Amino acid sequence: MNDSTQRPVFTLSQVTKSYGMGNTTVHALRGVDLTVDHGEYLAIMGASGSGKSTMMNIIGALDVATSGTYELDGIDVGSLNDDALSLVRNRKIGFIFQSFNLIPRTTALANVELPLAYRGVRRKERRQRAEQALAAVGLDDRSSHEPNELSGGQQQRVAVARALVTNPAILLADEPTGNLDTVATNDVLNLLDATHRGGSTIVLITHEDEVAQRASRVIKLRDGQIYSDERNR
Amino acid sequence: MMIGETFSHGLSGVLANKLRSALTVLGILIGVAAVIVLIAVGNGSSQAVAASIQKLGTNAILVQHGSFRFGGFGGGNASSVQRDLTIDDAQAILSSTNAPDVQAVAPVKQDQGVSCTWNGNSYSTNLTGTWPSYFQISNYPVSQGTYFTNADVVSGARSIVIGQTVVTQVYGTHNPIGTTLNCGGTPFQVVGVLGAKGSSGFTDLDDVAIAPLTTVQHNLTGYGSLGSIAVEATSADSATAAQNEIYTILDGRHATSAASRDYSVINQSSILSTSQSTNQVFTVLLGAVAAISLLVGGIGITNIMLVSVTERTREIGIRKAIGANRRTILSQFLVEATLLSVVGGVAGVVIGLLVSRFQIAGVQPVILPVSVAGAFLVSVAIGLFFGSYPANRAASLRPIEALRHE
Ligand SMILES: Nc1ncnc2c1ncn2[C@@H]1O[C@H](COP(=O)(O)OP(=O)(O)OP(=O)(O)O)[C@@H](O)[C@H]1O
Ligand SMILES: [Mg+2]
Repeated sequence: MNDSTQRPVFTLSQVTKSYGMGNTTVHALRGVDLTVDHGEYLAIMGASGSGKSTMMNIIGALDVATSGTYELDGIDVGSLNDDALSLVRNRKIGFIFQSFNLIPRTTALANVELPLAYRGVRRKERRQRAEQALAAVGLDDRSSHEPNELSGGQQQRVAVARALVTNPAILLADEPTGNLDTVATNDVLNLLDATHRGGSTIVLITHEDEVAQRASRVIKLRDGQIYSDERNR
Repeated sequence: MMIGETFSHGLSGVLANKLRSALTVLGILIGVAAVIVLIAVGNGSSQAVAASIQKLGTNAILVQHGSFRFGGFGGGNASSVQRDLTIDDAQAILSSTNAPDVQAVAPVKQDQGVSCTWNGNSYSTNLTGTWPSYFQISNYPVSQGTYFTNADVVSGARSIVIGQTVVTQVYGTHNPIGTTLNCGGTPFQVVGVLGAKGSSGFTDLDDVAIAPLTTVQHNLTGYGSLGSIAVEATSADSATAAQNEIYTILDGRHATSAASRDYSVINQSSILSTSQSTNQVFTVLLGAVAAISLLVGGIGITNIMLVSVTERTREIGIRKAIGANRRTILSQFLVEATLLSVVGGVAGVVIGLLVSRFQIAGVQPVILPVSVAGAFLVSVAIGLFFGSYPANRAASLRPIEALRHE
């Protein structure tokens, strides 16, 4: 395998995550080891409650592990403070959520501009890049619409545009098509494929085998542990 | 993020809930307007009192027959004789070399409720018998005709000078100069009319008639004790010195001491300063009440911002997930809170200035500029202060928990 010559984009070693204390402690992750290289398209599968979202939140620097280490591009994320985590998310990661998570009462264009604004990009350049990103997801004619004026599929495409506008090293998608019909699902998955071809690393959580089929590698979780790790093709 | 951007995010937060924002702004508005108006009312009433004392003449000192004693029963001077206040007393004050701060003196004998009649119209007024210096001491310029003279006092001339109230009551629009006004059975020739002075407290300063002392004593009151002696100090600043000189002279003549005086000396400028300090207390109290309402308005801001932070927890989570740091979130909510308070502050200043144009409880408010600036600045500070707790709460939300919030 020539994969081994590539630099890993992130590594989890013996990562655990537990919620609560005492008798009510929930062990959502029980020692996960995972190395993902640049340009991989990883699908995470597993039953409900198996710890998929928990793992993705750690990968996305939204949450920190209870024990074990998580390294992103050589940085030990566990040692970072709040603001440094914000910076890491802004610079390296794009998120797509099952429930879209657009900012309400804010136009599609402004939503897409937001990560660039937090990065300090000038207004003019920002606008231009946001318009391009919206055009790339086929929504250039909806840029002045607010989320409640868009269909679910359109909202998710705006969310994809927002995740991609910063050209992130890693794109994380937690059941991005869970709330969409087949047509909209295909739209979104095709956008992910195109992003992958462009060189990004993608991590996608899904319940559906057809969706997982598009990935280059599929891991399966059970009770907070990886029990299967396969490469397609 | 640039300042303009933070501002426009804050503004859209404020506009997202117009009614709620408007009510919060109203709280601040009422507080700021109350501070401005109530302080203006206090200030206005203190100026009104000062002005009415000024009308009586701030240099004026009044020596009155009889003593005012505070506390103690029975007066405590049963053995002493009450000496009359006489023209000789007045002469003594005027001519003494020990009274360098006294400028003018006028003995006064008043007859109250004297009915004055002309051409069948009659009106009951206070007839004052005195010397011409009284006009100057009591700040009574004539607007028409002349004063009576010292010669009139010596000869007991039946000349009289009347105030505006007497003119309107008796003469209406007819010119009184030269007419014969019959007061208490004695015919007087009207030689002058006093300029209008208005009222001081409940006293109508225009309801007067003034005639030579000798004439009044001879025809109406008799020659008993004077009612009072009006004295003018050389300036308002020397009034207290003049008051002490009068004590020394009269104590010598009446064989009295501070404890046994049969007369009293009232100094207008000391009344002025007492009333001014009372009014200051009054103004401070009014201001304090208003400041409390401003504080309540500030708590309204905290309240509404807390609601807003809770409501928008998920939005804050999204913003943090895509890279907003603490400071960005903090400033967004601080700007929002400050916008509310600044809008409330500006509107409060406008309303306060408008309301202060009208009389309130009989007082014409007089704006104190420092209260306007102060109320506005405090309202801005209130936004920052009362907004900082909710803003901090928003900024320190953990993104993962905020995202999970329903
Ligand atoms: N904030 C939390 N507090 C307590 N327990 C939690 C919390 N978040 C997750 N868990 C628990 O951790 C376990 C893993 O949850 P996780 O959300 O990762 O599941 P998942 O694999 O994403 O499931 P699904 O497919 O339903 O989304 C579950 O048992 C869940 O109850
Ligand atoms: Mg999940």
